[in-house]
Amino acid sequence: MKILVCISNVPDTTTKIKFNESNTSVDTTGIQWVINPWDELSLTRALELKDDPSSGIKSVTVAHVGTASSEPTIRKALAIGADDAIRINSESSDAYYTSAQLAEVIKKEHFDIILCGIESSDYNGSLVGGMISEFLGIPSVSAVSGIKIENGQAVLVREIDGGKEVTSVPAPFVAIVQKGIAKEPRIAAMRGIMMARTKPLKVIEPVEVDSLTEITVFEKPAPRSACKFIDPENPGQLIDLLQNEAKII
Amino acid sequence: MSVLVYTENWDGKFKKLSFELVSYASEVAKMINTSVTALSIGKIEDSELIKLGRYGAGKIISVENELLKILDSQAYSSVISEIAKKENSSVIIISNNNTGKAVAPRLSVKLRAGVGSGVSRLPLNTNPFTVYKKTYSGNAFAHVVIKSEIKILTLAQNSFELIETVDNSTIEKMTVNVDSSLARTKVQNVLKQTDKILLTDADIVVSGGRGMKSPDNWAPLTELANVLGGATACSRPVSDEGWRPHEEHTGQTGKIIAPNLYIAVGISGATQHLAGISGSKYIVAINNDKEAPIFEAAQYGIVGDAMKILPKLINAVKELKK
Ligand SMILES: Cc1cc2nc3c(=O)[nH]c(=O)nc-3n(C[C@H](O)[C@H](O)[C@H](O)COP(=O)(O)OP(=O)(O)OC[C@H]3O[C@@H](n4cnc5c(N)ncnc54)[C@H](O)[C@@H]3O)c2cc1C
Repeated sequence: MKILVCISNVPDTTTKIKFNESNTSVDTTGIQWVINPWDELSLTRALELKDDPSSGIKSVTVAHVGTASSEPTIRKALAIGADDAIRINSESSDAYYTSAQLAEVIKKEHFDIILCGIESSDYNGSLVGGMISEFLGIPSVSAVSGIKIENGQAVLVREIDGGKEVTSVPAPFVAIVQKGIAKEPRIAAMRGIMMARTKPLKVIEPVEVDSLTEITVFEKPAPRSACKFIDPENPGQLIDLLQNEAKII
Repeated sequence: MSVLVYTENWDGKFKKLSFELVSYASEVAKMINTSVTALSIGKIEDSELIKLGRYGAGKIISVENELLKILDSQAYSSVISEIAKKENSSVIIISNNNTGKAVAPRLSVKLRAGVGSGVSRLPLNTNPFTVYKKTYSGNAFAHVVIKSEIKILTLAQNSFELIETVDNSTIEKMTVNVDSSLARTKVQNVLKQTDKILLTDADIVVSGGRGMKSPDNWAPLTELANVLGGATACSRPVSDEGWRPHEEHTGQTGKIIAPNLYIAVGISGATQHLAGISGSKYIVAINNDKEAPIFEAAQYGIVGDAMKILPKLINAVKELKK
């Protein structure tokens, strides 16, 4: 079986987000780019599965829609342990466009399990995994917090309101993963970094697809009102303010 | 034309979330001069369905089918898209919860409809159709133009007020054919939690961080949550250490919540933590370091030792409830 992990390239999660002068795009100067945290965990879990020979996982590929500037992120995924990578050479204009490109690649190269993160930390869309599955007409399971392979069949744990369900769907399928899928992201070792340089990274040109949405303006979050400090000797005053000023208790 | 809103039910009951969705849908419908159709999937009594009418659903469609007992994103999205076509819907509204995240993207591809995901306000404009959404995990907001003819909006939980209107609703039972080859999710086992308040549903949340020092110190925090009728949460290191269950982890890589009141106790306020709670209406911080970044996000703060302050707060709430 072959696993594909879709990875997104995002600003490090501690980045102070700034915009260009017209507030129409994010100012990327000085930004440290990383693999989207969820995708890094998906990749980690995929590699853990492959490490166990009884899982029958033969290879782990990563795919990314982005320009050449995102190659360091792809090389990082290879250094962590992915076998090969595919980059679709295009800016990813929206989730629909990105998913259509990834679906096109999956149609050509057969994968059994496709892993996507629940959201990217930049656009917060929660869309790409589900859209890929619909473009391909294959099952998708969302809110997946665990995956294992039992007798050649994937068993997925998904989160539901107030609990979990142990589920299965026939392959090929898309699993959209979140917290729990792996504990800590796997870190690239020196040997991995050396090997990554020579691992195959295939560049594919995009297909013609129109995006459906467009960001026109960015805004900073509205500043919260200044914090009102309460005398630590008299915390009861807080309860009074919550009741009579904020009126929420 | 119509606005279609998918209102999920939980064992035949709606939640505040469902009414929030219908209230939002009817405000959107007013903006584009049309009416609201609510869609319910699964077994549910009329007496429950009719409640949607109070918030502005003109037509309430109820669909039941054996194959829809288990959430299968493919089967659900095909049913919703079929109804959307029948109702000639130009806007479809779904919650941004687990179910919505499973269904909305598939629906988008089926209907070639752009998605505004996790919206927290009414559309800014209807021509071009522009929505306001969180990006960069709350560090920025974006105006997003949806260019397609049909638009899908997923609404962030607890971001819209309930608005009651005159009830003129009708209920319509509809049978739908579900292709069994589309419902392929098998559930082998369900692990349900106890019946405590769900973190994502709670109006009040009391949350502890590493400043609580030890799992043995949690009793007063839990008691404060109990007397306030709220749920408990924690920061990531706390769940990583196994001090608290993983379900309580809030933040960018945990649960994203938007209660009316979030009380952060011994939490420094790292950006990744704030990403999960910045939608809260009020944030209270209790921390012994007055420089902690959590105070920049909070409206009320107490600088001091949590172990000394929590018991006093519990007493003050008990006094109030007397
Ligand atoms: C990719 C990524 C994703 C992440 N996702 C998340 C996430 O989803 N959620 C999350 O929470 N974190 C997340 N983190 C971790 C985050 O960066 C912080 O490390 C974490 O939030 C800190 O937790 P804390 O506030 O409990 O602990 P600390 O930062 O250690 O803060 C403890 C606080 O307690 C105070 N304190 C100490 N003693 C007392 C006392 N007696 N009384 C009162 N106050 C006291 C201290 O002043 C301090 O401010 C993520 C990090 C990364 C890199």
